[in-house]
Amino acid sequence: MALFILRRLLQSLFVLLAVSVVVFFAVYAVGDPIELLVSPEVGQAEREALIARLGLDLPIWQQYGHFLWNALQGDLGNSFVHSMPAIDLIMQRMPATFELVVVAIFLTCILGIPLGMIAGLYRDAPLGRGIMAGSVLGFSLPNFWQGMVFIMLFAVWLGWLPASGRGPTVEVLGVPFSIFTAEGWRHVIMPAINLAVANIALVLRLTATGVVEARNQEYVKFARAKGIKPGRIVRRHILRNILIPVVTVIGMEFGSLIAYSTITETVFSWPGMGKLLIDSVYQLDRPVVVAYVMLVTLIFVVINLIVDILYAVLDPRVQLTQTAH
Amino acid sequence: MLACGAHADTLKIGLASEPTAIDPHYHQLTPNEALIMHIFEPLVAMNPDMELIPALATSWKAVDDVTWEFKLDPAAKFSNGEPFTSKDVLFTMCRIQNNETAISGGFLNVSKRIAKIEMVDDHTVRMITRTPYPVFLNELARVPMIWNGVAEHGTLSFTPTEGCGVTGAWPTVNDFNSGRATIGTGPYLMKSYVKGSHIELTRNEDFRGDKPQWTDVRMVAVPSAGPRLTGLLSGDFDLIENPAARDLKRVESSGFQYVTKPSVRVMFLQLDAGRKNSPQVKSPKGDNPLQDVRVRQAISMAIDRKTIVERVMDGVATPAYQFLPDGMFGALPDAPELKYDPKAAKALLTEAGYPDGFELTLTSTNDRYINDAQITQAVAQYLTRIGIRASVDTMTRSVYFPRRAKRDFSAALGGWGSETGEASNFIQYWTTSTNPELGMGGSNYGGYSNPKLDTLFKEAVATVEDDKRAALLNDVIKIALEDMPNIPLHFESGVWAFRKGLTYEGRADQRTLATATRAAK
Repeated sequence: MALFILRRLLQSLFVLLAVSVVVFFAVYAVGDPIELLVSPEVGQAEREALIARLGLDLPIWQQYGHFLWNALQGDLGNSFVHSMPAIDLIMQRMPATFELVVVAIFLTCILGIPLGMIAGLYRDAPLGRGIMAGSVLGFSLPNFWQGMVFIMLFAVWLGWLPASGRGPTVEVLGVPFSIFTAEGWRHVIMPAINLAVANIALVLRLTATGVVEARNQEYVKFARAKGIKPGRIVRRHILRNILIPVVTVIGMEFGSLIAYSTITETVFSWPGMGKLLIDSVYQLDRPVVVAYVMLVTLIFVVINLIVDILYAVLDPRVQLTQTAH
Repeated sequence: MLACGAHADTLKIGLASEPTAIDPHYHQLTPNEALIMHIFEPLVAMNPDMELIPALATSWKAVDDVTWEFKLDPAAKFSNGEPFTSKDVLFTMCRIQNNETAISGGFLNVSKRIAKIEMVDDHTVRMITRTPYPVFLNELARVPMIWNGVAEHGTLSFTPTEGCGVTGAWPTVNDFNSGRATIGTGPYLMKSYVKGSHIELTRNEDFRGDKPQWTDVRMVAVPSAGPRLTGLLSGDFDLIENPAARDLKRVESSGFQYVTKPSVRVMFLQLDAGRKNSPQVKSPKGDNPLQDVRVRQAISMAIDRKTIVERVMDGVATPAYQFLPDGMFGALPDAPELKYDPKAAKALLTEAGYPDGFELTLTSTNDRYINDAQITQAVAQYLTRIGIRASVDTMTRSVYFPRRAKRDFSAALGGWGSETGEASNFIQYWTTSTNPELGMGGSNYGGYSNPKLDTLFKEAVATVEDDKRAALLNDVIKIALEDMPNIPLHFESGVWAFRKGLTYEGRADQRTLATATRAAK
């Protein structure tokens, strides 16, 4: 197990290096950030001083060299726009995104899995068919549009929920969270549902397919023949066996929501990381974009690891001596 | 819905873009300057029509061509109780030249114009500029004053390169963002500033001037127009800036109100007038037709500005016949209309030797100015009607601006707000020949150059007497319109939408201010 984790971490170092090269050079290729930062009213001397201070006067490979050297010492550079460490900027936004995603994933689990079970168990009943048909909507409605409709419905017409922003925060272990206040929940619920809808549909369909498949397996028939109660069959024999793909998907979705909940954050003006990424891309704030993508890569690596470990817990046949793929 | 009125004295504002810092000398951007005006004040300020009015200085006069004397308001106090004195003026100007964390304060230009600062007494200060430069006052109107106590110092003197007598560390941008150095004289105090989330201000009860109506102000940046509007409609915001023009009917029919105010931002088409070969032009003769003044005039005549304003801009703009709205200092008092006349345009094009036109690509941003891509498409259609086969290439601003600076374009849509509120500003950066030492022509990407215009311009900006300067600037603008290297299209209007029961006084500099918002009587 320890060896497995160690090897995984080593692999991820190479991934991080590759990602840093790609992103660094890609943002460089887009254009010169000086043109966006500096107004024409600024004199030549001031302009050149800024270029030198940001290190933009060096050839690109030297810029990358500096970046890499500093990165090895744990410094991912300062934001061009905000003059503060890029990683601090991202970390300031992280709690907001994190709590939004946790709520969304929680909704995904408590709605997606039970609905999927029902749809699978009563596949031919109107209820099951209805759920499956409804899930198609969850996939196909564009996120942005859906968010706007939510706002129109619940904020503008009904006036139940605020249209945008994050509620007041409370510090828990030094980290500001808004989900410990009632007002915070009123703010988080709409964006969280917006973020969750597509995932609920995904998990629901995955669960339903799994249930349909598992129901006809020999061991389920055998259990039924043994006279085990239907409830126990569903819980112990069906659910446990179909959970592996579901856990994988939820894990991966957790990662991608943390990294790229950009659309929801934009629609609801949620002050999270996704919004920071979009702003930074627009302003060619390279240190932030690079640090962001590297951090996200790291998150994916860690989540992958956790998912693999969860496999072993859920299914004793899986052994962690080789990668599970 | 009425429950929203519980915090009647808190004003909630939805901004279109977020300020990048609280530091008043950090980054010269409209959102930054608007926010900073709540907390800090300049010596002289600008009213909504961008005319100079007293602020921290109650009066000022030109002692001679280079010496400006300011009488400071003895009632002005910083939020920590310290009086505002001439020391603070000197300290501020020094900090600007010793500001190591600035992105582009821009005020460095202003500070560097000063040769000497004399503190005559606590409430009288003289600034002596290196050369006669009357626009100095308009530039000062953007420079917010900070307290001299934010850095340790001995006796202050204006020696920026030697540190002015400051012994401690100069304040950094984070000192302001954290609130440590955010000590101003303005009507509001900073309460909290959470990057990416919100900015909260609270009323400065000791402010000497008119007390603002709102005890608390909360600003949230919502860059997308749709969500910003729904924020207003749902009562999250009392006031939003820049609602999309197409949504204004909706604003009214939902029981909300809006005001528009013509701004100093001119939209224009910059032509590659300077080079023999232009990258995005294909002429039958193999030359660059844009070098011919008749072709440039023909293009200007081919554009129906009024229709663009009406159809593309939904009326939230004013046709531009020069580079600054009528009535502003140095602008032509009655600029002749640039008439839409496709027949004359076609004739002029034939006369210039291009009866069959030529191929031209128009470029623009698609996410920077109001309806920028649509404006460019409309212009392209007008050009096609007189035989110029125009195509359109639009791109995001982070690609567009660097490429424009590399002179990749032949006809580029530009936008410029003359923040000094007078006519020399546009000409200085976009029309004069490029000369980095004099700070001229920095954005003259078309390479247009007319020595006569340059000479007149230099004479104008060195003329202290207002009437004479205005007349000289008029002459400069006339040449710029005859030669037409930049074709003015329209002036954007600032738009603000707000709930019933409020009034808002729009500003020509497009700043959004809590102090301009009042409860209707």
